[in-house]
Amino acid sequence: MFTEQTLKQVEERRQEWENLLAKTLARAPERRERFSTVSDREIRRIYTPADVSGLDFDRDLSFPGMFPYTRGVQPSMHRGRLWTMRQFAGMGGAEETNARFHYLMGHGETGLSTAFDMPTLMGYDSDSPMARGEVGKCGVAIDTLADMEILFDGIPMDEVTTSMTINPPAAILLAMYIATAEKKGIPREKLGGTIQNDMLKEFIAQKTFMLPPDPSMRIIVDTVEFCTAEVPRWNTISISGYHIREAGSTAVQELAFTLADGLGYVQACIDRGLKVDDFAPRLSFFFNAHVDFFEEIAKYRAARRMWARFMRDRFGARNPRSLLLRFHTQTAGCSLTAQQPYNNVVRTAFQALSAVLGGTQSLHTNSLDETLSLPTEHAVTIALRTQQIIGEEIGVTNTIDPMAGSFFVESLTNEMERAALDYIEKIDDMGGILKAIEVGFPQKEIADAAYTYQKQIDEGEKTIVGVNKYQMDESLKVDLLTIDPAVERRQQQRLAKLKEERDAGRVGACLKAVEDAARGRENLMPHLIEAVKNYVSLQEICDCWRKVYGRYTDPGMF
Amino acid sequence: MSEKKIKVLIAKPGLDGHDRGAKIVARGLRDAGFEVVYTGLHQTPEEIVATAIQEDVDVIGVSSLAGAHMYLFPRIIELLGEQGADDIPVFGGGIIPEDDIPVLKKAGIREIFTPGTPVEATVNWIREHIAS
Repeated sequence: MFTEQTLKQVEERRQEWENLLAKTLARAPERRERFSTVSDREIRRIYTPADVSGLDFDRDLSFPGMFPYTRGVQPSMHRGRLWTMRQFAGMGGAEETNARFHYLMGHGETGLSTAFDMPTLMGYDSDSPMARGEVGKCGVAIDTLADMEILFDGIPMDEVTTSMTINPPAAILLAMYIATAEKKGIPREKLGGTIQNDMLKEFIAQKTFMLPPDPSMRIIVDTVEFCTAEVPRWNTISISGYHIREAGSTAVQELAFTLADGLGYVQACIDRGLKVDDFAPRLSFFFNAHVDFFEEIAKYRAARRMWARFMRDRFGARNPRSLLLRFHTQTAGCSLTAQQPYNNVVRTAFQALSAVLGGTQSLHTNSLDETLSLPTEHAVTIALRTQQIIGEEIGVTNTIDPMAGSFFVESLTNEMERAALDYIEKIDDMGGILKAIEVGFPQKEIADAAYTYQKQIDEGEKTIVGVNKYQMDESLKVDLLTIDPAVERRQQQRLAKLKEERDAGRVGACLKAVEDAARGRENLMPHLIEAVKNYVSLQEICDCWRKVYGRYTDPGMF
Repeated sequence: MSEKKIKVLIAKPGLDGHDRGAKIVARGLRDAGFEVVYTGLHQTPEEIVATAIQEDVDVIGVSSLAGAHMYLFPRIIELLGEQGADDIPVFGGGIIPEDDIPVLKKAGIREIFTPGTPVEATVNWIREHIAS
């Protein structure tokens, strides 16, 4: 992008500046010997055209909505429509969560996002011994379609898009969503939303796993195949870096492992016989917005460019929509502190700003109390207002990709792309992401990065305000949300009553059909929809899968 | 003759999959010279107590970040009592609201380490309170 002449001039001026700098440093040295990002990536003192001399505007940047999409996936980006403000919500039973949904939508939220409790996430009903003490604690408890009908009571399912953060039993929750809508008279082709459905990152990072990797992949491909044909507006997999980062990865690892997971899913769907341009437009992504402002912006820009090139060059995608890396962002939960919790509002605002400048399609801002419990209504309102202030007050959405052309941001974008490609090459050499997971490669890389970071914190090399610097005795207390233990009993009673009332013969037949499909090659989705419509419970289906496929257990490396 | 190492069981009770903290503590304790056994994820209180007895550990550290600590932690104490192993002290960590801490201590959890605790603080606490 720069002429020889310009680069020569830059070099001359640089010499001048170095001399000037040497004098300043002789008088007053810099604050640190080495400056680095939160991921420990070293950052240079200054960036100039020389750092991006190889950058080609047309090849590497271009315009938003145009290949390689570095500058955004839509031509008008946030000038056209702001990102979807989508606060992750779920607590107690379906009644409580439905009330929170209505509250958020009444205050300007534009999409729903459902958090499930641990038993639901792991494929257990509220009456299971495995669920003791955990029902409704970190999300909503869903056992059967009866709960789902309460959860979406009064919600216009043909107008609002809903995201469901669920992985091992994702196909079952999708079946319940479809069944709930159809009972309201809304056809499945009108439904828009997302299931997370990303088991690869579960094995790598979040560790909510149930079945071994191969059957997990088979069920995921079933959902992709089914939705491609019957639920065309549904995002079938939310390929997630968020949890990889929360587990302690660096920004480059988040970028690399997430895209490697994406490549794994695309390959698995192609292996099933699906055509890339039929299903790829409905894959979406989910990234973390951590504290290192520029590193995050560079990460999002690099991700878009890398994905577009992979889809075009590796898989031969021709539909422009197949090339788009559309993503949701959540601010970094792991960056929040229990100490001086009001500081979390500030952290979250900066993180959200990086996601917006990085061109996100959807955003969750954490509440100040989320390091302590699920958010109160008061805290979640501040979090939502943070997004509204960024979108409508501070002017950052007036122009598209305002960071483009910054010598620093472009250079960092290139560097992160290169480093992530190195990881992906390594994973390709291992035989793909499933093989890499089998030998614990990403898991080990993340654990090492997490340990290094903790040591840097403990030694004061990195600062967390209020934790290892600027500590104080606190008298300030925040109100916390607690979950009534009565929810567990209510949930168990509802399930017991329902099990008595439903048609046992039909339940048995449905489970038999699910088991046959699981043992054979037929797509599971139609059988799951039929089963949930007959009030077969989540655990009954998961037990059937556990019987057919076996379980995956944690190798427990540290 | 070398002194016998203190043996620590780091355990993840319940369905919660957040293992970053547990693994960092496990590794930090190992680097500090303790013998460390890590249960891996998704352990029932029964399984944790059985492992503790079988491995003959000197102390158990339990971690929970998904809100079920008020059931799971005291349940472990209860089971240790039932098995005649209540001489094994238990400490906890994770997302534990301040108001829950005195309740857990009353139930027999000896110490609670909340987010932001340096690994060294846990190391020091074990050195001060646990005999091998």
